[in-house]
Amino acid sequence: MRNLILFIWKHYFVFLFLLLETLCVYLVVQNNNFQRAGFVNSSNQVSASVLSTAENIQQYFYLKSENERLAKENAELHSHDLLSFSVLVNDQYSVNDTLFRQKYSYTSAKVVNNSTNRRNNFLTLDKGSKQGITNKMGVISSSGVIGIVKDVSENFCTVMSVLHSKTTISAKLKKDGTFGPLNWDGESFAYATLNDIPTHVRLVQGDTIVTSQYTKMFPENILIGTVESYFRESAKPFYTVKVKLSTDFKKLTYVYIVNNMLKGEQEILEKNSEADKKE
Amino acid sequence: MANVIIRNIIRFFLLVLVQVLIIKNIELGRFINPFVYVLFIVVLPFETPKWLLLCIAFILGITIDMFYDTAGMHAAACVFMAYLRPGVLKLFSPRDGYEFGTQPTIQYLGVPWFLSYAGILVVLHHLILFYIEVFRFSEFFSTFFRVLVSSIFTMLLIVISQYFFQRKKEQE
Repeated sequence: MRNLILFIWKHYFVFLFLLLETLCVYLVVQNNNFQRAGFVNSSNQVSASVLSTAENIQQYFYLKSENERLAKENAELHSHDLLSFSVLVNDQYSVNDTLFRQKYSYTSAKVVNNSTNRRNNFLTLDKGSKQGITNKMGVISSSGVIGIVKDVSENFCTVMSVLHSKTTISAKLKKDGTFGPLNWDGESFAYATLNDIPTHVRLVQGDTIVTSQYTKMFPENILIGTVESYFRESAKPFYTVKVKLSTDFKKLTYVYIVNNMLKGEQEILEKNSEADKKE
Repeated sequence: MANVIIRNIIRFFLLVLVQVLIIKNIELGRFINPFVYVLFIVVLPFETPKWLLLCIAFILGITIDMFYDTAGMHAAACVFMAYLRPGVLKLFSPRDGYEFGTQPTIQYLGVPWFLSYAGILVVLHHLILFYIEVFRFSEFFSTFFRVLVSSIFTMLLIVISQYFFQRKKEQE
């Protein structure tokens, strides 16, 4: 035993190195696990407060373009407003609406940290568990899909953007509903890849790609992008489609976090069916 | 001695802030991500105890990780780089060893020595970092290209910063 301690003491440099490296690898692996919340990320208090201060200063430079964008969005919302529809019948009546019920609610959030030039890109938003954000919620902006919430702290959350190797979004062609998984190949922040589109589908450059009805994180028909080009890998009956993303990930300031109110119910039901199948 | 410690602590915070507030936001294309903060480990004094070297590298890496959302990746690369630093120093040591009280900078040991010493450490750091980040062999060559280009830019910034501070010292 004494010799062992002497041996370790003599080569303490190597052992300390191995110890620290193991710790690092543990952190990397743990953080890769989507379900577990990582500790070392930019939603912790110290780094988030530094980053949000920097972002506050930076925002002044984008005020003009941001104002223009908000004015545009306002104009669009006004066109959906009741006041902009003319009343056809003068009689007043109230309807207890049992055909529609609210499924999604939205929380607006400010982007305090963003990256586009790495293989795995993240955003940090200034909304957290205090505002009712939980992980795996979808994030969209007025121009399209942004990503999925990963870690949540009290006042901040981090988002795996579409530009992340592990983000997969169920997407479909708007014109005929053919769906497939959308990934990012790491080449350019303006393009993503849509896989598994059968070759009998007639694709045209400029076709709209939207979120499919099979994702629990996003409402259906949220814009993702347009078809840029497509090719068929040899011996596969599928097209691989290059999608031009509608969102400019370099110019994000305000985004919306999507809360699917019926997600819990759906998940419990599906879990029960899964359990039955195994028996 | 206290002077050296204080100067290194200031350098630590300065380099971290420069890295996460300025260099992180400069985008020179998808292949170029310089990481200038490694300069801190490169120019630590020769007399730094080995255990302290590893611990400082770990703390530096974790601090950068917090801002980059890359839990452990920068820490792993920094610790690896710090582990190899004594060996690389021995490899390039002058015949009579290093003078007491000097630091491994251009100022004391000249440009060719510094380029080869810092170059090796920076390339090793970037190799570990980028391959852990990608974590697959299918993008082997594109990752290797990223390592090379990023290392060149990191070295460029490190050398520029060296001359920047050297001139300041002469004025004092």
